[in-house]
Parts: sequence; C-alpha cells; structure tokens
Amino acid sequence: MKPTLSTREACGLTLMNMGSQENIVVLNADLSGSTQTSKFANKYPDRFFNVGCAEQNLVGTAAGLAISGKITFASSFAMFLMRAWEQIRNTVAHDNLNVKLLGSHSGLTDSKDGGSHQCLEDIALMRCLPNMSILSPVDAIETEQLITNEISRNGPAYIRLNRISTPTINDNEYKSTFGKSVKLVEGDDITLIATGTMVSKAIQASEILKSKNISAQVINIHTIKPIDKNAIIKCAKDTGHIITIEEHNIYGGLGSSISEILSENYPVIMKIMGVNDRFGESGEYNHLIQKFCLTHNDIVKNAETLTRGNNEHLQT
Amino acid sequence: MHLEENAKIIRRHIINMLYNAESGHTGGSLSCVDILVALYFNIMNHTQNDKFILSKGHAAPALYATLAELDYFPINKLETLRKNDGYLQGHPVSTIPGVIASSGSLGQGLSIANGIALASKLDKNSSRIFVLLGDGECDEGQIWEAAMLSAHYKLDNLVAIVDRNQLQIDGKTEDIMCLEPFAEKWQSFGWHVFKTNGNNINEIICTLNKAKNVVNKPTVIIANTIKGKGVSFCEGVLAFHGTPPNKEETLKALEELK
Repeated sequence: MKPTLSTREACGLTLMNMGSQENIVVLNADLSGSTQTSKFANKYPDRFFNVGCAEQNLVGTAAGLAISGKITFASSFAMFLMRAWEQIRNTVAHDNLNVKLLGSHSGLTDSKDGGSHQCLEDIALMRCLPNMSILSPVDAIETEQLITNEISRNGPAYIRLNRISTPTINDNEYKSTFGKSVKLVEGDDITLIATGTMVSKAIQASEILKSKNISAQVINIHTIKPIDKNAIIKCAKDTGHIITIEEHNIYGGLGSSISEILSENYPVIMKIMGVNDRFGESGEYNHLIQKFCLTHNDIVKNAETLTRGNNEHLQT
Repeated sequence: MHLEENAKIIRRHIINMLYNAESGHTGGSLSCVDILVALYFNIMNHTQNDKFILSKGHAAPALYATLAELDYFPINKLETLRKNDGYLQGHPVSTIPGVIASSGSLGQGLSIANGIALASKLDKNSSRIFVLLGDGECDEGQIWEAAMLSAHYKLDNLVAIVDRNQLQIDGKTEDIMCLEPFAEKWQSFGWHVFKTNGNNINEIICTLNKAKNVVNKPTVIIANTIKGKGVSFCEGVLAFHGTPPNKEETLKALEELK
C-alpha cells in the first residue's frame, strides 16, 4: 500500500477534470488552496465563487445556485462547514437541493493545527439530517469515482475528505457503487468495518491477526449514509464479532450507525473504535493516532479480546 | 382592479387564515402586503422568470394569499394554514407552488438570492431576483456576509427590500439591537440604497422601476412600513407580532378591510 494523493487532492483534480460540464459550479470560503478547489478555479474562473471566510453564506449561496439547476460543490474544512449546520439543515437538506458539501481536513488529519481545526463530529451532525448522504472515500481512486457519481446523482451529499496522503487501497479495475460496502479481505472470525483513513489500518491489522490464527474480514464503508444494511447484518451473522474503526468521535458516527442496525436486526457484541469523546490537539498525525488508540495494533488487541470472548478487557 | 383592492383582499385573507389557524404572525404579514402586491401584480415579469424569495418567512400568510390570488393554488387551500396534514406550513416550504426556497429560519434568504442571481448571470438570462427581508432579521450576521457578496459580484439583477416596520418580537428594533444608521450600513457595503413608503403601492412600484437603472451594484429598498398595517388596532402594536386575532378582533378587522 504505497502512499499517494490525499483525498482532497484527488477531489481537486476530479473537479478540474470534470469541469468541462458547464453546469458544474464550485464555491469556496477562502480555503481554495488548502482544499484544492483552486485547480478548478484556475481552469474555470467564471464558475468558481470565493465567498471569503463566510461559511453560512457559502452554504446559502450554494443553495441558490442549486435551485437554479447548477451542480454545486461547496468546499471548506470539514470543521468550518459544520459552522453552517443550521443552513445545511434548513436550506440544503430540507429542500433536498443538489449541493455537494466537500469537507476537507476531516478527522485528525489537520493534526498540527489542533482541536479547533480537527473535525471529529461531522458524521454525527450530517447523519441525522433527512435527505443527506454521507460519503467517505478511502483513496484517490475511490474519491474520483464517488465525486464523478455525485455529478450525475441528484441530491445533497456530504463528502468527507482528508489532508494527509493516503495509501492506495483500490486498483484501476475497481468500481465503487453508491451505497454499497466493499469487502477487501475475506475472513470468518471477526469483521473489521472501517471508513476513510482507518481502512488501511484495518487491512494491516487483519494481516497480523492472520499470523495469530484469527481470520478477520475487512469491510470498507465509503457510503456512511445510506448505509449498506444487508451487508452489515450478513457480517454479523457470518463472523459473530464486529469492530468498527473511524477517525471520528465514538458517538454518532460509523460505529453508532452499525450498532443501530445490529441492535435491531442481529445483535452481536461489538467494539466501536474512534476518538473517545474528546477534542483533538496539536501534534504529528501518527502521534495523535497512537495517543487516541487508533493504530493497527490497537485494532489487533481489540480483535483478540473480542474473539476470545473476554469483553471486559476491551480498550476504552 | 386597483392594486389597493388586491391589497385589501390579501389582508382579508391574512386575517381569516390567522384566525382559522389560531396562531401565526399578524403584524409582519400585514406590513408587507403592499410590497408583495407591487411585486407580484405589477413589477415581476413572470415570462422572463423573475424570482421572489420571502426571507422573513414568518410573513408566510401574506405570500400564500398573494400566490393563491394569482392561481398558484386554489384559494380554499388558504384554510389549511398550520392545520394537521395541512397544505400550507407555518413557514414557507418549497413544495408549495410558487415558493422557490423554504424559509423561516432568519437571515438565509439573501444568500439564496445571491446564488440565484449568480446563476442568472452565468446563464446570461435577464431575470430579476427580489428578496424580502425583515428589519429585525438584519441582526443576523449572515445577512451581512451575503450583502458583501452581492456587491462583490456586482449583482445588479438583485433587489433586496427591507420591511422596515421598526418592531421585532422582543420590542423596538432600535432598543433590541440598533440598526441605524441603516441606509448608511447598506451603502458602505456597496449597495445602491432607496428609501420608500412601503405601504404605498405606487411609490414602491416607482422605486422598483428606478432600481432597474442601477448597474454594477445590487439595490436595497428600505421600505418604511407600519407593522399591522390596515387593521387599526394592530398598527404599531408589538403584541400582534406573533399573535392571531380572536373572533371579535377578526370581525372588526374584516369590517375595516371592507
């Protein structure tokens, strides 16, 4: 798994490459360089609108463009888009508008900027909005496909992107399908369900677990909403143990979503791995991942504990 | 028919709707009727796709009555305002014919109008975009974010009208959060400012026609109005901001609006 483009860079390139479609417009709130929407801006300046540091107006203006039939991408850091949550709710989601929100620098990936810039709450905030879809691509290839699909799919979406370069998980043959999970590793004893940056760590963990005679299957969730319910129930039935891993608060995110499905359909003991209900802080990205117990070794430890039925020793 | 007569009919609808609904915003609905009549019955060119957004969504009854009078939906639907499973929601929703954007949460309509005005410029069409703001609504920071954008992108196809009725739910606008010098604020944000009597239909029409000649900048019309206009005992009375008339008041109001 060699590191390649970050998902924000892949997004910027995709928008630039798809920009010849004349009804695409892109908006940004004074972060076009960081979010990579500057690539579109340079090629199609007439269809790029910088609204300045004004996220509420970013979302409202995007809504107006979408009402007029434009395929509208509105971009900022994930954290600052959440400042306009009420505008996203009352205008974009309520009216089911064709606005695609691009939340860059999500999770802990804006590591050195610290807690004010890191976003560990966005999945929770977007998940409770009717009409809103949530996409969380794992690598550059998947980012390109999901964004290209969003251009032709009508309706609001929140697309969760990262600052750091991300290992390439998929090959050029790969085809993503909106709303469908992807099984990356086969296994019988436990299922590791991950999204975004945590998928590569789940794959690493599965390799180590294999050497310990624990067969772990790995599922990539690129569409967090609508979630692939049937596939998740099947994972629980097939392996009996579930670990979810996300760069997000343990409350309200991918893990919550999966536990909601399983508790109603096929309850199994699961472990929700994420940031344990706290804010982020400044530091090297890998340091933060270690500090918040989100390394592949942390996944291995939790998987060992779960499969041995020794649930009291799950890491908190 | 005289436009004043249209305004009277719409005011009568508003009184009946609010009485039926047993809730809703009387004062701010009545204050903006003459503005809506000027726009919908005279100024707006429906063939060139002129658009209107009611940013002060609590004046929904005034918009609904106007749209019904123009056959966007049957008049009898007005009875469903705020009712169980009703056609007309308490605040505008975009599923209602003629409503292009939902509103109700204050401060958002100008941004949406900006987006529509930008799209209109991109598509090189000649439609004009009108947005009605409340004066109390201008406390919202988003209004001023949007005001900067309209001027920055030289949106001369956009006209904002402020229903300057001087009252908001907690009291006088100048006591709650001082707006003055209001015209100068808009001017300094790069807008062309007109002031007009917002309860005089001919004056409003005249001002809206003048606004057509403004180029390279957006126009704001500060429309001085009387909250509760047209019903003597509601005029300038804060209590009628969010209160409907009772039976006796309804009969009295309808008598005055004959």
